[in-house]
Amino acid sequence: MRVWKFGPDVDTDQIIPAEYLTTGDPKKLATHAFAKMRPEFAEEARSGDVIIAAENFGCGSSREHAPRALIGAGISCVVAKSFARIFFRNSINIGLPLIEADVFDKIEETDKIAIDFGDGVIRDITKDEEYEFKPLPEFMQKLLDSGGLINYIKKQ
Amino acid sequence: MATIAEKILKGEAGEIVEREVDYIMVNDITGVPAFEVLDELAYDIKNEKAVVVQDHYVPNKDVDSAEQAKALRNYARKYKIANYYEIGKGGICHQVMIEAGYVAPGRLIIGADSHTCSYGALGAFSTGVGSTEAAAAMATGRLWFKVPETQKFVIRGEPKRYVMGKDIILHIIGDIGVSGSLYKSQEFYGTAIESLNLSDRITISNMAIEAGAKAGIIPPDEKVFEFLNGRVRGDYKSVYADGKESEYEAVFEYDASEIVPTVAKPFSPANTAPASELDVPIDQAYLGSCTNGRIEDLRVAAAILSGKKISPDVRMIVVPASQAVLAQAIEEGVIQIFLAADAFVSGPTCGACLGGHMGVLAKDERCISTTNRNFIGRMGHKDSEVYLANPAVVAASAITGRITDPTELE
Repeated sequence: MRVWKFGPDVDTDQIIPAEYLTTGDPKKLATHAFAKMRPEFAEEARSGDVIIAAENFGCGSSREHAPRALIGAGISCVVAKSFARIFFRNSINIGLPLIEADVFDKIEETDKIAIDFGDGVIRDITKDEEYEFKPLPEFMQKLLDSGGLINYIKKQ
Repeated sequence: MATIAEKILKGEAGEIVEREVDYIMVNDITGVPAFEVLDELAYDIKNEKAVVVQDHYVPNKDVDSAEQAKALRNYARKYKIANYYEIGKGGICHQVMIEAGYVAPGRLIIGADSHTCSYGALGAFSTGVGSTEAAAAMATGRLWFKVPETQKFVIRGEPKRYVMGKDIILHIIGDIGVSGSLYKSQEFYGTAIESLNLSDRITISNMAIEAGAKAGIIPPDEKVFEFLNGRVRGDYKSVYADGKESEYEAVFEYDASEIVPTVAKPFSPANTAPASELDVPIDQAYLGSCTNGRIEDLRVAAAILSGKKISPDVRMIVVPASQAVLAQAIEEGVIQIFLAADAFVSGPTCGACLGGHMGVLAKDERCISTTNRNFIGRMGHKDSEVYLANPAVVAASAITGRITDPTELE
């Protein structure tokens, strides 16, 4: 599992530039993820990788294409100090786990980490440190556990 | 004890509620993924609540966007959506929502576009959502909301000449930052807000999202009621806050007379500076978008450009926000002024605002723009730059070829 670090205020135009919004397919979108900001990402991201960012990750447009592109790239979780609210909703609604935790200055890109959602702990194996995080509100966890909003509605 | 957001969402800040929504808007980018989800749900949708607008990549910029628009058109037929706006009939989605009477005080409206918060200028609670939740709301008529805390913004005093709604909201974002209202609802008060026309108020609500806000609400008054007269669909009931300061998460106060024509420099809407302090040559001037493409915006720019030519080193692109705005601008002679000044004028589209088409930027080019975002590569090449400003600054800058405070031309 590789860690990809991004700073504050990463906007949806960086996650998936608008010129590629002619498909909603996660795999196709993933080939253009971070095309302008970090062109090697699309090529090098692997299933299970984690993004760690500072505040306001996913600001800007409402395009669900942004979390879809990250799912398509294999990202298993985004950890940020805070998230822009539409990105937050979109991610939960389509089943991309998000963690609000202030670990941006603590974890390096080269660190090996493991995330335990049950215990609410991010483990930095390289540095032998642990960081606790608050679980999502019950309703949102239910959405995630259902596999997103649509499966949740189907179940009801 | 409640703010406007709490009253419309019928809940207390922090509570998660499920509510019936009045309208659900999708466009050509966000609509197709939403209908694909609806296909999967196989519901009879609440099609009377759905509004579908072709606006982002129209007229289609390439084969992929043409296929996307065609798919949306077919979905609108399949789901029998009467509120469907083809090019030539509508315009930019938010302008259409307001002009066509979907927006009214007290309503709860969602849209799969982040600038859906624009409708707060008419006293609605409106917010941007993703495609999947737009689909869920079209299927069930309902959606979950976390009731936001509210920040109060009080802007008193008389705005200076050439100071518009754009300058007020850029000034606020410059002060509180791009995450200053994260997860929060904004409410705007004060004599300066009351004095603004509806168009300038829409600019303010439109850019609430650029501070991370969920909504940007202005208590509705006579200007709103007059606008809605003969236009609004159905009944509505205005909602006002109880007015106790203690209900707000924070209160911010500003004196409008101290606000000057303001520019947000790359690459953040919070990176603001007075236009008069910048000496930046430009390659393009863009007048349009859901933020500043209304007739009032075009008039302001035309008054400055009247009888003048733009700089030979600048391309000026004028994009009225809707078919109705374009028609009125033609009737008033405003378009003639732009054409005589050597500006390029198009029909309504989101166009180059999001780097789509109709004026994207090459490497190292700079644009002064009335749009809402100046992120890296927003209007084209990753090494291009966007400076955000009001229509008067954009027009003045088009004439001089560098970022210019319009008072300089007097």
